[in-house]
Amino acid sequence: MNLGTDIWLGFREIWAHKFRSLLTMMGIILGVASLVSMAALVKGMENGLREALIEIGGLERIRVEASEVPAHQLHLADQAVGTTLDDVEALKRNATFAQLIVPELRTRTAFMTRGSRQFSAWLFLGTWPGALEINQHEIAHGRMFNELDDAEARNVCVIGTAVRDALFGSPEEMGREIIPVGETILINQQPMTIIGMFKHYESEDDRRLRERQAEQPKPAQTNAGPARSRGWQVRSPGGWVYYIKNTSVYIPLNTMQTRFKTVTSTNPVPDRRISVINVRIKGIENLEPALQQIRNIMLNTHKGIEDFTFRTQEDWAEQITTAIRNARLSGGIIAAISLLVGGIGIMNIMLASINERIREIGIRKAIGATDASVFVQILIESSVIALIGGVAGLVTAQGFVHLLASVTPTGNAPVVTFSAMAIAFFFSLLTGIVAGLFPAFKAARLEPIRALRLD
Amino acid sequence: MALVEVRNVSKIYHLGGEEIRALDNVSLDIESGEFISIIGPSGSGKSTLMHILGCLDSPTSGTIQLDGVMIHNASPRQLAAIRNRKIGFVFQFFNLLPKLNVLQNVELPMVYAGLSSRERRKRAERALELVGLENRAKHRPNQLSGGQQQRVAIARALVNEPRIIFADEPTGNLDSHTGEAILELFKELSRQGRTIVLVTHDPEIAAVTPRRIEIRDGRIASQVDPRLAGLAGATV
Repeated sequence: MNLGTDIWLGFREIWAHKFRSLLTMMGIILGVASLVSMAALVKGMENGLREALIEIGGLERIRVEASEVPAHQLHLADQAVGTTLDDVEALKRNATFAQLIVPELRTRTAFMTRGSRQFSAWLFLGTWPGALEINQHEIAHGRMFNELDDAEARNVCVIGTAVRDALFGSPEEMGREIIPVGETILINQQPMTIIGMFKHYESEDDRRLRERQAEQPKPAQTNAGPARSRGWQVRSPGGWVYYIKNTSVYIPLNTMQTRFKTVTSTNPVPDRRISVINVRIKGIENLEPALQQIRNIMLNTHKGIEDFTFRTQEDWAEQITTAIRNARLSGGIIAAISLLVGGIGIMNIMLASINERIREIGIRKAIGATDASVFVQILIESSVIALIGGVAGLVTAQGFVHLLASVTPTGNAPVVTFSAMAIAFFFSLLTGIVAGLFPAFKAARLEPIRALRLD
Repeated sequence: MALVEVRNVSKIYHLGGEEIRALDNVSLDIESGEFISIIGPSGSGKSTLMHILGCLDSPTSGTIQLDGVMIHNASPRQLAAIRNRKIGFVFQFFNLLPKLNVLQNVELPMVYAGLSSRERRKRAERALELVGLENRAKHRPNQLSGGQQQRVAIARALVNEPRIIFADEPTGNLDSHTGEAILELFKELSRQGRTIVLVTHDPEIAAVTPRRIEIRDGRIASQVDPRLAGLAGATV
């Protein structure tokens, strides 16, 4: 049989019934469009979550945190020294899987003031310059404190943009961006000089939203009453990561220990304990051996008392995977149902079409068409409907995605992937073929004599 | 061996428990190059006979040999191939495909025969020339008169060089003037040596063929055969 002629005839048949064919294709168009845009939405969500995961240091980052002495070692509790810089030194010497080790010392209350303005930092910690790298921070203005600042316990700090907004005013408020490098603020009544400021952290979507709002004139404030914080506003999934980073204040570790952790002013011996040791390992595939190695080293320095735990981002990564899988599944089911409906539409129209073309089929058989060639002809016609529907669906999907993106600017930007398009197109074609099987079989089985007698 | 040999062919339908013998023990031979008419009133079984001879239907019993092939027990696939290559049909209602133009209609049997498009075009143009419609190749069937449509149908029947042509009431849907022209065309084709079987209910039309077979109630009622009588017009 002549495949080219059959495809051409299929197009002719569709063109001859333009409106009917369009309605038939609608199911396929919507099915493909919903499959592609659903996949795009899920991909956008996934990208947002992964972006946030990378922002907090990725899977390679392990946090070693202090914990209670386990029950079976309670009788040794008075021997426990806690996590100290000795552990950091031991890890630096022996932990071969570790690439970067940065200790962290936190203070619970960080009350910051400048003039009449005040702010409580979410994260006020003393650390080493390496924190910049391990916490994925970037200095936008000024500089990070260095080893010398740490060794001399200088009163310097690096702040996030949210701290600047609270103490000096945000760019929106002031009409220009204030760079407070060189200014001095009080943290828990201790004067600290700002030597650097991190860049402003935000997700792709928050950035888009901010830019949109900047373009539009600011609406008049309608709610009267005293000025107040309007509460949490975290929009995108994983948005809290950016919030925490923006409200961080970093100072050198030694400064933290001598200024904020000394027990009393009469006994200026600092508490040697630190809160957390951040370790970045060499490659995610080394996670298990690295954890084991760090545990062994620390058990040695802790005299066998296991008063520490590990925290990794595996759970979060797993949650992301689960959420994405669920979203994919529900989206896939919706798209599959619309493709199924589209397929039923095609089958219906093909059955109607062969009923009104019984005579044509009879003529074709009388002049020598075999059952197989009639079968193939009908099958190709239904496939061509699905093919055109699939292409139209892919085009529609682009419009859909743009529409979704503009209607919900706060969501993650949908990402149309080639694989989603290929899969959707493949399934539309498959639907066309499957829907054509029964009508094609029916047409092929028509007896020529019956078909010709029908007038 | 004759081109077509029909031996004791019967076709029996069952209609609500009642047995209807559309063909009852028919035997006949058709030689290559003959011009035959099968005549009989409607319901006589002449159309059933033509359909069975044309491989569109199969007999209930009996044997048929066509050009060396036993067609009474051939598979649907073989029958399709025989219809395609050895048989040409001309119908009362022309049965052209309205969505294809004249040239494409004529090419259709060659599409199923698997010929190259260049060969198809060449042969279709030659067949259209034969019926005098070479300048209508790009027209649609509904842009042509009835006589022209029937000529296209004849061109389509001829294009695969079949061993035998069946014409089922070819003038039944045409005015008498056009019908005569079509019959002239069949006579011309017969003179070129083609085997033609004309099925009709009209004795006047049947009169153009030398040999005539009359069917009544599924049986051969009478035959006019110039070979048996030695001269045209003798009744057996």
